[in-house]
Amino acid sequence: MSGRVLVGVKRVIDYAVKIRVKPDNTGVVTDGVKHSMNPFCEIAVEEAVKLKEKKLVKEVVAVSCGPQQSQETIRTALAMGADRGIHVEVSGKDYETLGPLQVSKIMAALAKKEDAQLIILGKQAIDDDCNQTGQMTAALLDWPQGTFASEVTLDGDKIKVVREIDGGLETIKINTPAVLTADLRLNTPRYATLPNIMKAKKKKIANVKAADLGVNLTSRLETVEDLVGKLKEAGKV
Amino acid sequence: MWLYLTPSRRLLSLRRNLIQYRSITLENSGRKAAVDKVISPFRSICGKDNVSLGEAIREQHGKDESVHRCRPPDVVVFPRCVEEVSALAKVCHDHNLPIIPFGTGTGLEGGVGAVQGGVCFSLRNMDQILNLHPEDFDVTVEPGVTRKALNAYLRDTGLWFPVDPGADASLCGMAATSASGTNAVRYGTMRENVMNLEVVLSNGTVIHTAGKGRRPRKTSAGYNLTNLFVGSEGTLGIITKTTLRLYGVPEAMVSAVCSFPSVQAAVDSTVQILQTGVPIARIEFLDDVMIDACNKFSSLSYPVTPTLFLEFHGSERSLEEQVSTAEEITQSNEGSDFQWARDAETRNRLWKARHDAWYAAQALRPGCKAYSTDVCVPLSRLPQIIVETKKDLLESRLTGPIAGHVGDGNFHCLMVVDPNDPDELHQVHLFTERLARRALAMDGTCTGEHGVGLGKRALLCEEVGPLAIQVMKGLKDSLDPRNLMNPGKILQRGEL
Repeated sequence: MSGRVLVGVKRVIDYAVKIRVKPDNTGVVTDGVKHSMNPFCEIAVEEAVKLKEKKLVKEVVAVSCGPQQSQETIRTALAMGADRGIHVEVSGKDYETLGPLQVSKIMAALAKKEDAQLIILGKQAIDDDCNQTGQMTAALLDWPQGTFASEVTLDGDKIKVVREIDGGLETIKINTPAVLTADLRLNTPRYATLPNIMKAKKKKIANVKAADLGVNLTSRLETVEDLVGKLKEAGKV
Repeated sequence: MWLYLTPSRRLLSLRRNLIQYRSITLENSGRKAAVDKVISPFRSICGKDNVSLGEAIREQHGKDESVHRCRPPDVVVFPRCVEEVSALAKVCHDHNLPIIPFGTGTGLEGGVGAVQGGVCFSLRNMDQILNLHPEDFDVTVEPGVTRKALNAYLRDTGLWFPVDPGADASLCGMAATSASGTNAVRYGTMRENVMNLEVVLSNGTVIHTAGKGRRPRKTSAGYNLTNLFVGSEGTLGIITKTTLRLYGVPEAMVSAVCSFPSVQAAVDSTVQILQTGVPIARIEFLDDVMIDACNKFSSLSYPVTPTLFLEFHGSERSLEEQVSTAEEITQSNEGSDFQWARDAETRNRLWKARHDAWYAAQALRPGCKAYSTDVCVPLSRLPQIIVETKKDLLESRLTGPIAGHVGDGNFHCLMVVDPNDPDELHQVHLFTERLARRALAMDGTCTGEHGVGLGKRALLCEEVGPLAIQVMKGLKDSLDPRNLMNPGKILQRGEL
């Protein structure tokens, strides 16, 4: 048992930013806009760090797929208590078409390479709202999945997961290794403190290419049309 | 009051009232003409969508969270940058129209009421966080940025801005009212944490109180203009940027609660904890009436007796020491039921009573409004003033649970009053005046954090004295000779 947890962290536009659509309707303005870690990924990191503090796991590895700036997101995870990071560099056209299928293939490959016991992801990213990566990763690895987790309890070599579902709460018990996805009420993520940010600068972030993991980044999806709502005229009072 | 005047004085008073009435109506029609003239220039400055004459919008911008009634402005403008603020101010200046700056409208003293009508400058569109320097612990923000928005922005830098008044207020508004919060005892109030301001004066001039872009941690360069504008409540200029001092987020926090047999015991513990040099972050006092209200509202079961809520910030090791020192002190003052917690969920549960205090107080008498008093006295006088105030409350048969930032000597009586009972309203008014005078007699102030606004102008005169008021008047005359900046606040009409 390696006791190793992989946590996926995604760099997204900060939740507090007012999103603006590009004038040519080809998407959203991202230049110069504040980015930060996806809030559900923060909750995932917090859960992993809590498990380490309770000595139930031995090492927390933060993983991010994206351009150079994704390293900042990994640093935030390190400042929250992750031990080391892995940056899978994806940029340019590949980054524009990067989606859950490619990311889940990367996570599955890393899980095997790092001999991970547990993968914790946020339930979805706030930019694409896909809610697919965790489920796809579990399927690729043929591991059980505990999604929309609002409570996680490790019990020997099993995990008890309380899941938030439409009708209320569902409790399941799954074997390890497993994939969990974090829902809002799982925990309250800690703030990165200055001493921890400074310590994080010394922690290692490894650089890996998707090709080295045997993952093809080509997307199977093609954007046919971007329909952006027209701004309505303000009402008169 | 009127009946106590002699007949001749009554006639004079009547004449004065009639003259005032006539001049008010003349003012009103003069003002209406001026307002009509400025709408078009306003629209060309900030766009026609950012100028509003609508009644609902004007009413929204004529009141805050105080008990003062709504006094709507004649027009509301929504400038998008300091250049627009300056241009709009020039137009107002040329037409002698009052200017009322508006942040989040969460003030507690009626500061945004347009008592003479005029133009409300709602600054919510200026919502940028600029120039964050994490290594220097400073950031500059525009008026549309609230304290929670700033802290959310800062969350992965390891920094925060600790001043936390109850509402999620505009930071520039907090600078204008010299706001404070529950952790002032450790981190200070706005006075200590504003390093520089960009201000638009009544004639449109834009100044930087410490020089443009400057942010040294300390300075002895010239008159302290920054602190002149902090607390000026919009009467000297419109604050369009503030540079704030940031602090490192605490490594760890511990919260504690302790009950005491008397107010004296609770306050003595506070003083002793401060004297031993424990760098306590929050120390809040709730009296027995308040605890009872909180128990009922939040289904808690704290002993119904004066209670202290404490919070400690620091590294893990220093926290152990802080908590054990504090516990010893509370025990030596007959404190009991000392509970403490380290993790966020339990801490929040422990402090829930304190957080819900405002609502718990109002729930004591549904349908009533709450008004908060705000006196502040030297620590050593706190037991006496609280005891005398509680006696006054009992004798006047008023509902006024007490919650306070005892570490600063500041406490609030949350007066719960029936807004439809003029007698009770009058009693509350008299009570708050007695309380303010009691505080003044103990070397204190009539307002520790909320500001003077509309309701405490007379008390301000008593507090600082006529000579200091003259100096204030001189400053006001020099910066705003036409008295356009938020008229009717801080200084009384007769003084201008």
